Amino acid sequence: MLSPSPQRLPAAAPDLAERGHSLWNDAWHRLRRNRLALAGGLVVITMILLCSIGPLFAQSYQDQALDLGATPPSAAHWLGTDTLGRDLLARILYGGRISITVGLIATFVALVIGVSYGAVAGFVGGKLDALMMRVVDIMYALPFTIFVILLMVFFGRNIFLLFFAIGAVEWLTMARIVRGQVLSVKRMEFIEAARALGLSRGRIIFRHVIPNVLGPIIVYTTLTIPAVMLLEAFLSFLGLGVQPPMSSWGVLIKYGADDMEEFWWLLVFPGAVFSLTLFSLNFLGDGLRDALDVRAAKD
Amino acid sequence: MLRFVGRRLLEAIPVMFIIITGTFFMQRFVPGGPFTAEKAVTPEVQRNLDAYYHLDDPLWKQYRDYLWDLTPKSFHPFALREGLDLKAAFGIDFRPSFKYPNRTVNEIIADKLPASLELGGWSLLLALGLGLPLGILAAVRRNTWVDYLCSSAAMTGICVPTFVLGPLLVLAFGIHLGWFSASGWNSPSDRVLPCLTLGSVYAAYIARLTRGGFLEVLNQDYIRTARAKGATESRIIFRHALRGGLLPVVSFLGPAVAGILTGSFVIETIFQIPGLGREFVNSAFNRDYTLVLGTVILYAGLIVILNLVVDVVQVWLNPKLRFE
Repeated sequence: MLSPSPQRLPAAAPDLAERGHSLWNDAWHRLRRNRLALAGGLVVITMILLCSIGPLFAQSYQDQALDLGATPPSAAHWLGTDTLGRDLLARILYGGRISITVGLIATFVALVIGVSYGAVAGFVGGKLDALMMRVVDIMYALPFTIFVILLMVFFGRNIFLLFFAIGAVEWLTMARIVRGQVLSVKRMEFIEAARALGLSRGRIIFRHVIPNVLGPIIVYTTLTIPAVMLLEAFLSFLGLGVQPPMSSWGVLIKYGADDMEEFWWLLVFPGAVFSLTLFSLNFLGDGLRDALDVRAAKD
Repeated sequence: MLRFVGRRLLEAIPVMFIIITGTFFMQRFVPGGPFTAEKAVTPEVQRNLDAYYHLDDPLWKQYRDYLWDLTPKSFHPFALREGLDLKAAFGIDFRPSFKYPNRTVNEIIADKLPASLELGGWSLLLALGLGLPLGILAAVRRNTWVDYLCSSAAMTGICVPTFVLGPLLVLAFGIHLGWFSASGWNSPSDRVLPCLTLGSVYAAYIARLTRGGFLEVLNQDYIRTARAKGATESRIIFRHALRGGLLPVVSFLGPAVAGILTGSFVIETIFQIPGLGREFVNSAFNRDYTLVLGTVILYAGLIVILNLVVDVVQVWLNPKLRFE
C-alpha cells in the first residue's frame, strides 16, 4: 500500500472526518426507510414504557380476589384474571419488568465479557489469540444451558446468579465477532499512529479500537437481548428461573400452560406479549444490521 | 482426512475431562449434602449410606474412582442391540442413583434415553425436511411474495418459543380439534405435536440459513457459467448450488443438535414424555446428584461426538477447511 505524501495529508483529514461522521447519519437514513425495523423499535420502546410506568396505574399484581377466581377478559380486567383473581394485565406488566431487566443486565454481562475477550484476542494476536479462540470453540461445543441449570440447582435459585449465569453463556458469539472486527481495524494507520505516540496497549484497545467496531457490537447486542430473554423464560418455565412471588413472562407462560384447558387467556396473552417483544427486538436488530451494513454478525 | 478425525478425537478427551471435573467438584462444593433434605437418619444408617455411595473416601479418591468408572474400558457396540446398557457396551458406569437406591443411573438412562433420542431424531428430520425446501424456495424466488411468506414464517418460528408454541398446539389440535393426542408416548399420533413443536424452531433457523447460503452461491460466477451453458434451473440448484449453499446449514447442525437435546427438557415436560430430559429436570429438583452428573456427562458426550460428525461432514463438503 502506498502511504500518502505529507502534503496531501491535511487535505485528506477533513474528508475522512466527514465520512466518519456520515456513517451514523447514513445508517439512520437507511433505518428510517426500514418500516419493520422502525415498528420493532417502536414496540420495544412502548413495551419498556408500559412496563416501567404502567404498574403505577394498573391494579396491583398481587391483590387476590379468591371469590372472583379466573375470569375471561372484561371491562374491569382487560386481559382477564388468573385463578387467584389477580389482574392479568398488571401481572404481565410486572412480569415484563423482570423479563426486560434480566434481558438488559445479562446482555450487559455478556457484552462486557465478550467485547473485552474478543478485543484482547484480536489485538494481541499470535499464540494468545489462537489459544483464546480455541477455548471459545471448545465452549461452543458444551451444553451450556445444562450448566446454567446445574448452577441454579446447586446454588439456589437466586435472581442475581441468574443474570450472571445467563450472561456467562451468551458472550461467545460476541467475542468472535469483536475479534474478527478488531483484526481488520488493527492494521489501519491510525492504530499505527497511536502506537507511534507510545500509548499503552490497554488504552489503544479501549480508546481507539473498540469505538471503531461499535457498529457490529450494537447490532449483536440488540440480537443478544432476545436470546437472553428466551433463556430466562426457558429456565423460568422449568421452574428454575425467577421464583414466586416475583414473576416474569416465562413464569406467567408456565402457569398459563398449566391451566390452559379451562382458561385459555392465561396462556395466550402472556405468550403473545412475549413473542411480540422477541419479534420486535429481532426485527430491530436485523434492521440495524442492514443499516450499519454489518456482515460479520450475519448468522 | 483420517488425521483430521484423529486430531478431533484427541481434542475431545480434554473437553470431556474438563466437563467431568467441573461437574464433579461443582456438586461436591455445594452447600448441603445430598441427604440433607431427607428426614434425620441414625449415624449408623448415615455411615452405611456414605459407604454405599463412597462418600467416606477422601475427596481425591472419590474423584479418581469416579473418573475411572467413567472411562470407557471395553468396546462391544453390538451389545447395544440388547438395550442401551453403556456398562455392557463400553464399560462406563454411572453409579447408583441417590434417589432410587436400587436402580443404577445406567438403568435409568437405558430406560429413558430411547424416547428422547426418538423425539430428537424426528424433530431434526422434520427441521431439515421443512427448513431446506422453504429456504431454497425463498432464495430462488427472491423478493417475491413466496420469499416474503417463507421468510416471515421462519421469523415467526424463531420468535415463538417452544414453550408457547407447544401448549398452543395442544390447545388447538389436541383439545379443541382432537386430531392428535396431547400427551404420552405410545402411538404414532403421540409423536406428531412434540416433534412439530421441537422441530419448528430449527426448521425456521435452517430455512433462514439455507436462504442466505443459496443467495450467496447463486451470485457466484460459476453459476452464471452454468446458466450460460444452458443448464436447467433444477440442475443448477441441485447439482451446482446445493453443495455450497448447504455449508451454513451444516455448521449450524452442531448447535442445533445441542439445542434439540436441551429443548427436549421443556418438550418432555409439556407433553409428559417419559424421556431423559424430563428425568434430568426432575433429578435436578430432587438433587439426585449421580443422576444429574450422569445425564450431564452423557449429554456432553453426545454433543461432543455429534459435533465431531458435523465437523467431518463440513470438511468433506468444503475441502478448503482442511488446510486451516
